[in-house]
Amino acid sequence: MLDFPRWKTIGISIILLLGIIFSIPTFLPQKTMDSLPSFLQAKVNLGLDLAGGSHLLLEADIVDLRKTQLANMEKTVRTAMRGESGPDDDIAIGELSTAGGKISFLVRDQTKLDAARERLFSETQGAGLTGQRDWSINVIDSARIVMTPTSAGQAQAVKNAMDTARDIIDKRVNALGTREPTIIREGDDRVVVQVPGLDDPAALKELIGKTARLEFRMVDANADPAEAAAGRVPVGSEIVPYAEGEGSGAPFEVLRRQVMISGEQLIDAKQSYDPQNNQPVVSIRFDSGGSSTFAKVTAQSVGKRFAMVLDGKVLSAPSINEPILGGSAQISGSFSVASANALAISLRSGALPVKMTVVEERTVTPELGADSIRKGAIAGIIATVSVLVLMLVVYGRFGVYACIALAFNVFLIIATMAAFNATLTLPGIAGFVLTIGAAVDANVLINERIREELKRGRKIFQAVELGYSEASRAIFDANVTNVIAAALMFWFGSGPIKGFAVVLTIGIVTSVFTAVTVTRMFVAHWLRTKRPTSINI
Amino acid sequence: MRLLKLVPDDTNIDFLRWRKVASFMSFFLVAVSIALVAVKGLNLGVDFVGGQSVRVEFTQGMPPIDEIREKVGDIGLGEATIQQFGSDKAVSIRTALPDGDKSAAERAGQQLVSGIQKAFPTAKTGSVETVSGKVSGELIRTGAISLGLAILGISIYIWIRFEWQFGVGALGRLFHEVSLTFGLFAVTQMQFDLNSVAALLTIVGYSLNDTIVVYDRIRENLKKYRKMEIVPLLNLSINETLSRTVMTTVAMVLALGMLLLFGPDVIFGFTAAMLFGVFIGGYSSVLMSTPVLVWLKVGPHSFVPRTTAGMDGGERVERKDDGAVV
Repeated sequence: MLDFPRWKTIGISIILLLGIIFSIPTFLPQKTMDSLPSFLQAKVNLGLDLAGGSHLLLEADIVDLRKTQLANMEKTVRTAMRGESGPDDDIAIGELSTAGGKISFLVRDQTKLDAARERLFSETQGAGLTGQRDWSINVIDSARIVMTPTSAGQAQAVKNAMDTARDIIDKRVNALGTREPTIIREGDDRVVVQVPGLDDPAALKELIGKTARLEFRMVDANADPAEAAAGRVPVGSEIVPYAEGEGSGAPFEVLRRQVMISGEQLIDAKQSYDPQNNQPVVSIRFDSGGSSTFAKVTAQSVGKRFAMVLDGKVLSAPSINEPILGGSAQISGSFSVASANALAISLRSGALPVKMTVVEERTVTPELGADSIRKGAIAGIIATVSVLVLMLVVYGRFGVYACIALAFNVFLIIATMAAFNATLTLPGIAGFVLTIGAAVDANVLINERIREELKRGRKIFQAVELGYSEASRAIFDANVTNVIAAALMFWFGSGPIKGFAVVLTIGIVTSVFTAVTVTRMFVAHWLRTKRPTSINI
Repeated sequence: MRLLKLVPDDTNIDFLRWRKVASFMSFFLVAVSIALVAVKGLNLGVDFVGGQSVRVEFTQGMPPIDEIREKVGDIGLGEATIQQFGSDKAVSIRTALPDGDKSAAERAGQQLVSGIQKAFPTAKTGSVETVSGKVSGELIRTGAISLGLAILGISIYIWIRFEWQFGVGALGRLFHEVSLTFGLFAVTQMQFDLNSVAALLTIVGYSLNDTIVVYDRIRENLKKYRKMEIVPLLNLSINETLSRTVMTTVAMVLALGMLLLFGPDVIFGFTAAMLFGVFIGGYSSVLMSTPVLVWLKVGPHSFVPRTTAGMDGGERVERKDDGAVV
């Protein structure tokens, strides 16, 4: 007990000092923090439930993704069969169907069956590390080719789509200019978006919820409106509804299926005003390929109408008065400045490869958050002070040591959390309270034990020694069980429970260290230098 | 300076004398809690049932709850659950999960907020939560799994570190604490959400500390006083740790009481649950967690390594059957 080697004292002091140094930035305002050296920039983040902000959980529509995947493959099949070197190279196919999530078609000339398979084979790819291809190609009835997506291929497609979606959402949220948003993938098909300080998530949802798939398509002038209303349209055309609040007269347009230009060919989109009526519009610019296509098509189709389609809804369908040559166009619709801006951002960042739906939303206004923090801090201080006073009144000098250790414990928890860049949430505070309780309890155990040993007539040094060693066993067991609980909660729990587990784990380690090792150092030092003949505990 | 002693020296209270009463009371309370949860049910928050919840603060005097209920009903999202929230100016308004696809909850959330703003222009909406049915189901599942596994893992550790009887005792005690806390949530109809699960886990953790401290002392005394009968030995162990139990409980009550009085209202339910847990914990460590050891016939033999005992019969202490009969 008394031989507390110098290196240990120095080691402990260094740890405590580091604890204080690294916990300081957390208490400093952001401005002061920015002027600190970079290794001191780490601080504890406050969770959105404390600081205010929005948390959104988005889930991908996998069914929709499969549909898109199938539609794309259908297109690929058509192109592949058309051949590269002119009509001679074509492989005639028929009865192309996408029913049941498979692509099935007839090869008219059976001698070309192998060639058709060959072409499809080069269009499909290996999926992941398994060596499995993303589509399996089978021939049935000696003339029909059936393509089925493999499970590895589907998993790969979801993964790719989610990675892209995450990046696109990241771009969009950052374009809002908000401070330190967090965008992470969760599970197979989800993305979490957290934006601190944002109290109106409507704009955010508007922005990231849009798939932003933009298409320019020709209006089918041959379609008979009466027939179309009954749901009958010419081959190669389809009915596309108007977006909410758009269009006049008919609620839909009959459009050619073929897409003239799509959003991928955009190089820029920004919000501007229509010079004629000063309405907010979105100005877009195409890349060179897009520009020439646009010029060619509009030159051929003067007097006809084309439609701008966003996410499967028609925004507007103007007539082409003259060829549009400059490679730029305006998307008009009933926009406000904000919604036009949001659309511009969405278009700039690209279309989401899959439709995303908000399945969970939590928003706390910054005022409420600030109020919680202020009251929480005051209550925390009052609570801590009253516990400290109690320790002092009950254990005297030993209580003082316990109090100092407790203060260090708080610093160490904060420093460790800052080092890991952990986030403190409301349940995290519960974990904090529990570890403080455990630290107090450890000192109570030790001190009660010392009292007991003194009562049994042991000498001071021996009583202190025994107090620490005997109490340590119970302290150890109690804390290991808590770590077990925390680890299980971390692995199996979700959001808030995880936050609780993180703080608990950190707190258990630091509280054992401060409540046992640090107080022991103080006590040993005191006993060695003062050699008291009686102790008051 | 004379130091304060919360518990006088050398207490010798026969706690185990009340073990039948205490056990009966515990069984009774657990049964009542389970019945309450079954009959009244828990006031589950949107985390667990899905739906949307908005916290509204009335800056210029709160209208009567009935008026709020009526106006919220007019929004057309069905019956709303309206609950006072900590202070007397704030309420939480919750409506059920709407039918439809998973984006329905999100749309209903917006509808609720705009509806409230229209009905009460001066009110401020402090926080909005919408959770879809699928997510809430997952949250229930992960919450229950993590709680269950934590309790199980802890009991297994205690079984390994001590003896199986202690593991059973700890399991029983944790079950006791958790049921009673659920009972509290059922009887007060405090909202039960993910934060409540955190409170529950804190109670489990705290109760655990208590159990271990008492059990550790019992294990120590079992090795020390080989010939003592189990009931007096348990009494001795409880008395020896009594001052610690009281001191720790007082410290926790003090700390939580302050958080309850001065803390932000968002942690009110949470602190209240923990405070309750501390009270049950104090009762449990004194009166509830030891009778199990009597029934399960813990004795000095429990800690003598069996192989050694077999080879070296002289060391073996006879089991006192009379001490193990309830």
